[in-house]
Amino acid sequence: MGLALLAVIWLITFVSTYFFIWHPWWLPAGASAAAAGIDHQFTFTYIVMGIVFVLAQCSLGLFVWMYRERKSSPPADYSHGNTTMEVVWTVLTAVLFVGMNLMGSKIWAAERFAPAGDSAIPVEVTGMQFAWYFRYAGADGKFGLTNPKLMDPSSGSEAAIGLDSNDPASKDDVVTGTMMLPVNRQVDLTLRAVDVIHSFFVPNMRFKQDAVPGLAIHMHFTPTQVGDYEIACAELCGLGHYKMHGMLKVVSQEDFDKWLAAREAEKQ
Amino acid sequence: MSTLAPNLAIKDPRSRDAGGGSPPSCGGGGNGNEGGASNGSFNYGERLRRARLGLVLGLTAVMMLFVGFTSALLVRKGLPSFDAQTNTYSRDWTTIRLPYTLLLVNTFILLLSSGTMEFARRAITRQAALAPVKSIPGVSLGEERGFPWLGTTVVLGLGFLAGQLLLWQTLRAHDFFVYTSPSSSFTYLLFATHAIHLAGGIIALMYAAVSSWLMHKPVEAQRIVVDVTAWYWHFMALLWIYIVVLLMLVR
Amino acid sequence: MARGAGGGETIMATSEVVHAHAAPQGFIRKYIFSLDHKVIGIQYFFLALTAVWVGMILSLFMRIHLIWPDANLPLIGHIQPEAYLSLLTMHGTIMVFFVLTTAPQGGFGNYFLPIQIGAPDMAFPVLNMLSFWTTFVAMVVMLASFFVAGGAPLHGWTGYPPLSAIQSAGPGEGLGADLWITSIAIFCAASLMGALNFITTTLDLRAKGMTLMRMPLTVWSWFITAILGLLAFGVLLSAGILLLMDRNLGTSFFLPTIVVNGQLLGHKGGSPLLWQHLFWFFGHPEVYIAILPGMGVASQVLSTFSRKPIFGYRAMVYAMLAIGFLGFMVWGHHMFMSGMSPYSAFAFSLLTMAIGVPSAIKTFNWLGTLYKGRVRFFTPMLFAIGFVSLFVSGGLSGPFLAQPTLDIPLHDTYFVVGHFHLIMGVAAIFGIFAATYYWFPKMFGRMMSEPMGKIHFWITFIGTYAIFMPMHYLGMAGHPRRYSQLTELAYLHALIPVQRFMTYAAFITIGAQLIFVFNLFWSMFKGAKASDNPWDATTLEWTTATPPPHDNFGGHTPVVHNGPYEYGVPGATRDFVMQTDPAIGASH
Repeated sequence: MGLALLAVIWLITFVSTYFFIWHPWWLPAGASAAAAGIDHQFTFTYIVMGIVFVLAQCSLGLFVWMYRERKSSPPADYSHGNTTMEVVWTVLTAVLFVGMNLMGSKIWAAERFAPAGDSAIPVEVTGMQFAWYFRYAGADGKFGLTNPKLMDPSSGSEAAIGLDSNDPASKDDVVTGTMMLPVNRQVDLTLRAVDVIHSFFVPNMRFKQDAVPGLAIHMHFTPTQVGDYEIACAELCGLGHYKMHGMLKVVSQEDFDKWLAAREAEKQ
Repeated sequence: MSTLAPNLAIKDPRSRDAGGGSPPSCGGGGNGNEGGASNGSFNYGERLRRARLGLVLGLTAVMMLFVGFTSALLVRKGLPSFDAQTNTYSRDWTTIRLPYTLLLVNTFILLLSSGTMEFARRAITRQAALAPVKSIPGVSLGEERGFPWLGTTVVLGLGFLAGQLLLWQTLRAHDFFVYTSPSSSFTYLLFATHAIHLAGGIIALMYAAVSSWLMHKPVEAQRIVVDVTAWYWHFMALLWIYIVVLLMLVR
Repeated sequence: MARGAGGGETIMATSEVVHAHAAPQGFIRKYIFSLDHKVIGIQYFFLALTAVWVGMILSLFMRIHLIWPDANLPLIGHIQPEAYLSLLTMHGTIMVFFVLTTAPQGGFGNYFLPIQIGAPDMAFPVLNMLSFWTTFVAMVVMLASFFVAGGAPLHGWTGYPPLSAIQSAGPGEGLGADLWITSIAIFCAASLMGALNFITTTLDLRAKGMTLMRMPLTVWSWFITAILGLLAFGVLLSAGILLLMDRNLGTSFFLPTIVVNGQLLGHKGGSPLLWQHLFWFFGHPEVYIAILPGMGVASQVLSTFSRKPIFGYRAMVYAMLAIGFLGFMVWGHHMFMSGMSPYSAFAFSLLTMAIGVPSAIKTFNWLGTLYKGRVRFFTPMLFAIGFVSLFVSGGLSGPFLAQPTLDIPLHDTYFVVGHFHLIMGVAAIFGIFAATYYWFPKMFGRMMSEPMGKIHFWITFIGTYAIFMPMHYLGMAGHPRRYSQLTELAYLHALIPVQRFMTYAAFITIGAQLIFVFNLFWSMFKGAKASDNPWDATTLEWTTATPPPHDNFGGHTPVVHNGPYEYGVPGATRDFVMQTDPAIGASH
């Protein structure tokens, strides 16, 4: 039985580790400025945790086999513990865990403590059951007023977010169902939700932030690669949660300008 | 923390010793004999202490309920709400205006009931202490027909609840409904939760009264019920003051 | 009964008033409205057993739907996406509350806490009975939500408003959600009653010589769990009341301006984050409530079947205290992505890493207990060993999630689902299995079948790893949780084979639980008769008859001279010294 436990525990450990190392299913390709740092911290964490995992599981399997009771076994070691060892491994664990955390906190500070830069492009993201809408401020750089009383998803994107056409700042606002962003430029997102909590999640950008009704949450990221990236909703929002997805298209600055100009022209 | 040795003899509570009680039917001495219970009866002192400990724990739980409410109140009061229509943040806390006379009368009734409750508690404590004396044949302390402190407390408690209903009616008459604003929601919430807990205390008092008149429980056992209920009652009074002060401060 | 000749155990009559009466007669008083903590413990155990089967079947339907979304199932027909969410919500709620907060504490804690400290019953037997029946009522109300118009709620066991606060936000959010909240509120009251009892009993009813530092680690775990419960459930109750008011009285605690289905609702100014703070202030201690008793049982069983004292008894106690204390300070780590201040997030994450330290200490000490022991592979021991393995696996994904930076890609993905299932849905369950196999002989007077137990262990151990380890890979790939169907997001298609594997593993693993149930009931009637101490264990429950008499010790109160894990004492006549045996020199 001891040998069976050893074998199975070691087998489970090695199979799991194998998949972690070979990783047929892994973090999707990172396409934002923050991705490298996050992925580095991730890799560091899983190597450290992986080593601990293997050591702990293998010790467990080893001990239950080595110290299985047989006629020839020596009497069990009558020990109530070892205070020195307790202190040593407590301190080591604390240093390891806290150190790992402090390492990652620099990235957190860079992503979240500081607001977006001045040259960031402002985009408002509105989540509602069960779609995402994206608003661009237009030439005046200001978002016009929205009014919950004017919300009507069946009449197009602008009506969906309740854009108040009486506000002059709304005239040049472009509202779309697809998110378009220029590459290598920071985007200053304003996240809003209309009905329940949603979460704007773009795996390739290593970006996630809940969109909460009653709040306008500012967050930023910088896409660094042209491409199409799926947006998923990452907070349970009702029966359509699984199909509340969108698409982020990162294009060159010129293509973005052309696209925005075309959208503006459509509004006239 | 040392433990107390359970020590005294098993006795069927239904048979009260006529005499001073037989000596403990086992060895082990009389350590832990506290609380005034004499040989041959239950260790009511230990039981009382245990009941009080249970009450303290129960009150801790009640306190955590109100800690939850208080933190929610403070957060909600301080929260600027984002008005999507004007794209601005504003606060929607309507001033709490309470009918002060009614509030004062209510508070007075509750504090008075705390007083009568305390008298009831002390009266039965005396009775419990004297019970072994009274059980000696031939000894009498005279007919004791004390003031019905317990009953008075029940009446005052019911009066407080009636006062609460009147208070809420007055608030509603001034368009201060539970849904009017967060301040009104918390006002009703705190008052109502307190009232429900107080009602529980009244039921406990009625049980204490019933158990003495109808169930003929030994007075030491009744004392435990009254004692524990009394401390609960005092806590309700303190809680009331806390609620009133809180609402004044965040008004 | 005279005092025994010098130095020996002093036999004393018990004066505990709770048992100064004859044992109850009549079926109702003996088995239904019993005041006997042993009966109440068994009642809790069977309530949890029923709940776990309901929860497992719900999860089976979930796993089937993910792979075959168009399947037509017997009894329930075709599962709609919203029905999947109801299954998910009720699965989580029933498992967390009616299994993990019930069986370890209300079940085994109730049965064995008094016996292990040498008491004849709990401090407040009537309250104990009430706490069980209140739990029972809570379960009835919870299950009722399946049968009302709209069905069970779909807002997840975490019940975040506005989704949970608006009747029109989805099917099941009508009466079903009100019943859900009401059931939880009733459960809060029941838990508070139980917590009060456990704490008073531990503090006040210990037998002579049973100092705090001689209590078995199981008792410590139930004691600390009760303290956590006492402080946490009141806050959950407050949150539930506020939610009920938002739903039914038009208040706006959690609800800001909301437009649902084109309708502008009358609420304004409330904060959904307020619910999250209140809920998780309860919710995090709750998960420690779920695991601490399992840790206590693991310590108890590992020591017994290694024939060795637990390694570092004091450290184990301090570690549990630290886990309990820190457990109240880390709730924000569930909210890193919520819109909470990033500075708070940083503070919470440091505290969360700190709480990993006492958990690591306990793991080292379990390994230390096995080291140089004489390991006996009875079924309880297999589950205790499995507990350690699963606790390591589930625990080590914690430091990923504890770092907000890494929580960005991992929050609300299957990584989280894998993490908490390995810890709560498997390790804690293994704690319950270990306790069942260990204490069954004492409770029912017969031994469970070892061959059936071993088969149950192997399939469950391998099966649960097969189900829950792959979830980490899914999470890293960005697979969000609580998705009813995997057909919409393009990048999920490559992950469906993994989901399929997990479903097959689930079929086998759930099937293996039938072996356990069969073993349980068969052994009650046909198992080999058990002696008073079949495991040669040291703690007080093994000093008394099997099953224990009504007042636990047959008229006398034990006197304790030794610590709880005196195995392999040099110079002793046997390889174990019971707590009531004459004192040995090296006891602490």
